[in-house]
Amino acid sequence: MTRHIPRRARRAVPTTTALVTAAMLALAGCTAAEDAADDDAPAPGGTATAGTASGTVVLVTHDSFALPDELVAQFEADTGLTLEQRAPGDGGALVNQLILTKDAPLGDVVYGIDNSFATRAIDEGVLEPYTPDGAVAEYAIDDEGYLTAVDMGDVCINVDHEWFAEAGIPEPTSLADLTDPAYKDLLVVTNPATSSPGLAFLAATVGAFGEDGWVDYWAALRENGVKVAAGWSDAYYVDFSGPSSEGDRPLVLSYASSPPYEVPEGATEAPTGALLDTCFRQVEYAGVIAGAANPEGARAVVDWLLSPEVQAAIPENMYMYPVTDVALPESWTQFAPLAPSPVEVDPAELSENRDAWIETWTDTVIG
Amino acid sequence: MRHPAPPPTPPPAPVPARAGSAAVPADGGVPTAAIRARRRDLRWGRGEPGRGEPGRGERGRGGSGSDRRGRARWLRWVAWGVAAGVPLVFLGVFFAYPVLSLVGRGFVTDGALDLSGFGDVFGRDRTWRVVGLTLAQASLGTVLAVVLGVPGAYLLYRTTFRGQGLLRAFVIVPFVLPTVVVGVAFRSVLAPHGPLGFLGWDGTFAGVVAALVFFNYAVVVRTVGGFWAHLDPRTEQAARALGAPPWRAFLAVTLPALTPAIASAAAVVFLFCATAFGVVLVLGGVQYGTVETEIWVQTTQMLDLRAAAVLSVVQVVVVTGVLWAAGSARARRERALALGAPDRVRAVPLALRGPGARWSDRLAAAVTGVVVVVLLGLPLGTVLVRSLRAPDGGWGLANYANLATTGGRNALDVTVWQAAVTSLRTAADATMLAVVVGGLVALVVSRRPRSRAARRSVRVLDALFMLPLGVSAVTVGFGFLISMHDPFGLDLDLRGSTLLIPIAQAVVAVPLVVRTVLPVLRAIDTRLHEAAAVLGAGPARVLAHVDWPVAARSLGLAVGLAFAVSLGEFGATSFLARPDRPTLPVVIFRLIGRPGAENLGMAFAACVLLGAVTALVMAVAERLRSGAAGEF
Repeated sequence: MTRHIPRRARRAVPTTTALVTAAMLALAGCTAAEDAADDDAPAPGGTATAGTASGTVVLVTHDSFALPDELVAQFEADTGLTLEQRAPGDGGALVNQLILTKDAPLGDVVYGIDNSFATRAIDEGVLEPYTPDGAVAEYAIDDEGYLTAVDMGDVCINVDHEWFAEAGIPEPTSLADLTDPAYKDLLVVTNPATSSPGLAFLAATVGAFGEDGWVDYWAALRENGVKVAAGWSDAYYVDFSGPSSEGDRPLVLSYASSPPYEVPEGATEAPTGALLDTCFRQVEYAGVIAGAANPEGARAVVDWLLSPEVQAAIPENMYMYPVTDVALPESWTQFAPLAPSPVEVDPAELSENRDAWIETWTDTVIG
Repeated sequence: MRHPAPPPTPPPAPVPARAGSAAVPADGGVPTAAIRARRRDLRWGRGEPGRGEPGRGERGRGGSGSDRRGRARWLRWVAWGVAAGVPLVFLGVFFAYPVLSLVGRGFVTDGALDLSGFGDVFGRDRTWRVVGLTLAQASLGTVLAVVLGVPGAYLLYRTTFRGQGLLRAFVIVPFVLPTVVVGVAFRSVLAPHGPLGFLGWDGTFAGVVAALVFFNYAVVVRTVGGFWAHLDPRTEQAARALGAPPWRAFLAVTLPALTPAIASAAAVVFLFCATAFGVVLVLGGVQYGTVETEIWVQTTQMLDLRAAAVLSVVQVVVVTGVLWAAGSARARRERALALGAPDRVRAVPLALRGPGARWSDRLAAAVTGVVVVVLLGLPLGTVLVRSLRAPDGGWGLANYANLATTGGRNALDVTVWQAAVTSLRTAADATMLAVVVGGLVALVVSRRPRSRAARRSVRVLDALFMLPLGVSAVTVGFGFLISMHDPFGLDLDLRGSTLLIPIAQAVVAVPLVVRTVLPVLRAIDTRLHEAAAVLGAGPARVLAHVDWPVAARSLGLAVGLAFAVSLGEFGATSFLARPDRPTLPVVIFRLIGRPGAENLGMAFAACVLLGAVTALVMAVAERLRSGAAGEF
């Protein structure tokens, strides 16, 4: 601060400040200008004429959305639409925001509503029915076609094979095994109030043990030293003992699609695996937003999400399984099988009881 | 989400030596700064006319007619009206309006006002527990940050040693890192298998508080240090000469003089602690939930706007109370500043050994050493070390090379470098806005008008612009979404506009700009204004030739701070993000949300990149300021 500075340098200071400020101005100026140019594209649906898909279509999605630029460019070239993406938060926040902005929709089409929030979204009237060709009936959530299934994933307990091999303990296989004292202090899960896999796992336990049994199950898990992390990242990377992690717990709540990412290049065996009898199936849906400014464009986006190109890109970009019959990446077919019979919970029941379950869970497990 | 990746706070200000010297003759060489200060204090205390009311200068100018004087007065009011109006409109449109829109929804049922939420929410035990925990966490975090930060401020700003510049840049880094990564790093340190696992702090209250101190330590060091660097040492020296032992001289003389800076730092730290989100969640889980995490859960997961609105009101009440208390502490002290001319204030070489060794230096070095190595060093070291661990298990720069890719099997849409460019550009926009708005606020608030009402409104204005630090990012973010489709009935949907992100970041950066520039402006001796006016300068010229040259020198630091805050902001940004144009923190958040060593390694490398950019920006800003201080 009080370091002695040569006189000339001192004089230079205000000049430097001015220069830096000017540079910032210039940077900011051109940024704003450029963005404005970007936004010059017609306002969402503003110029769209009924019956034709044109103008800008706004896709509202969650913060895990990702598709390659080339696919988006191809879509825009094919349809003449401009696709604008907005990702205002995680899956739960997304649905709640759609509900809050019902009178002035955030966009034209939504992707990323999962089965735990689907019924709430439909009941609140934020969607408009649309059933594209090629919709997969198996995952349909309602009869009117408010939501179209796009992809799915299994939330399962992952196991560190190496740890169990070294310890010489057989790996658990079922939900019930996890309360076995042999597996005391080995499991880490995430909080259903703050993490979507956590909620899925809570649903799995409700599905498996019923309305009367799941609370006792969790009490037993708690007895057995289950650890609860706030989010997936710190459960997986801090507490789990897997290869890319540093922790000391060999059982973690994650996805059936996680193991391929732990396989070293060229290896034929995965160091981790998913326990396929502990899975809950998350299905992600897309739908046309009620009151969309560009409904034609919105439908075109739903069609596009079901196209073979997008479906094939989903695994590597979003770590989910496509709902249609497209080829999976090789590492997935090898190391990431889906559960043959995941635990099922009626989506309506799930939407309706979610908040109450979370509260009961919090009282039981966190205390 | 609001993971305060916010920044360091504002180092207060030097008194310009030139200003000082201009004023000295008036004091007729009064021996000690303390006496001089006291005199000023008395004069101000009586609110004697003559203190710088905006532009009272023209009185001495001898206007050549009453109409001319009338016009000048009118112009003056217009000018100050604009100066106060622009920031107020900005805050009103981009903060108050969205927040009130959302909170309003919680209190309106079927078109009628419904306050039953208060009864319900306060009827829950959990609410009281959450409020209690918030206060406990924030208070404890603040106290510890101050206790640990003051020795750090002394060491980094009052002594000199080799490597000091590096250390100053280093302590600022935690302030801007995304909590999600720091949370993982911090937990790696505290988890049972980590280096500090023996403490058993993982998932405990102590762990949360430690992390809060980690993030906010720099606020105290910089705010208090920047101020201390210019404190006239002669009063303390006098006390020593009169026989007071060093500790007594410190407690009786120096500490009271530091009060305004400490109060200012403590207020900011408290706000950050009280609204901390990510760090509380990652390190404490819901059992240590705070008002902030509760608002997040109620708003984004449960959609219980009624409960969220009540909690938001609680938050604002708490924050306002704290701001008021800090403001009073500051106001009582601020005017008694005895800031020395630079030839008298000189940092002395650190003396740890030898005949000249000082206990104060040893103590400060020991405390700061522990903080830097353990509290800051372990988590930051974890980030750095893990960024160097290649996905194949070896060591090297593979993760940094991967920054040019879109992640392990395309976890991202853009490369990390592209995201870094987006971040820099967004931050540039945000900085521009924040510096203009914050500068105007500081200018207006630095005036000391004669009338009591005007003085009070100036203080209210000061507090108003601190509020964005104390209100939940969720409330602001959701508020944007429900209010910005037709702001005030205009046919203009701002929600998808890329401009909204820098605006949201600027709202958070403005308070820090104000806290940086304001003390500098306040320290200008008002007699300078008067002298200039007497000599015939109009109000505009007074501003241009008295205030601007001084304020411009704090601008470098203000720019640096605003830039750093914007770079790290992830609260409101996360609700407005465009997936095709993510910022660096958004990209880091995504990477660490994907499985695989490749993505994790990239997340850590990107985090190091963010930290390095921030440290660089702050180091440049600091240089500008050092130079400025040198010139005073």
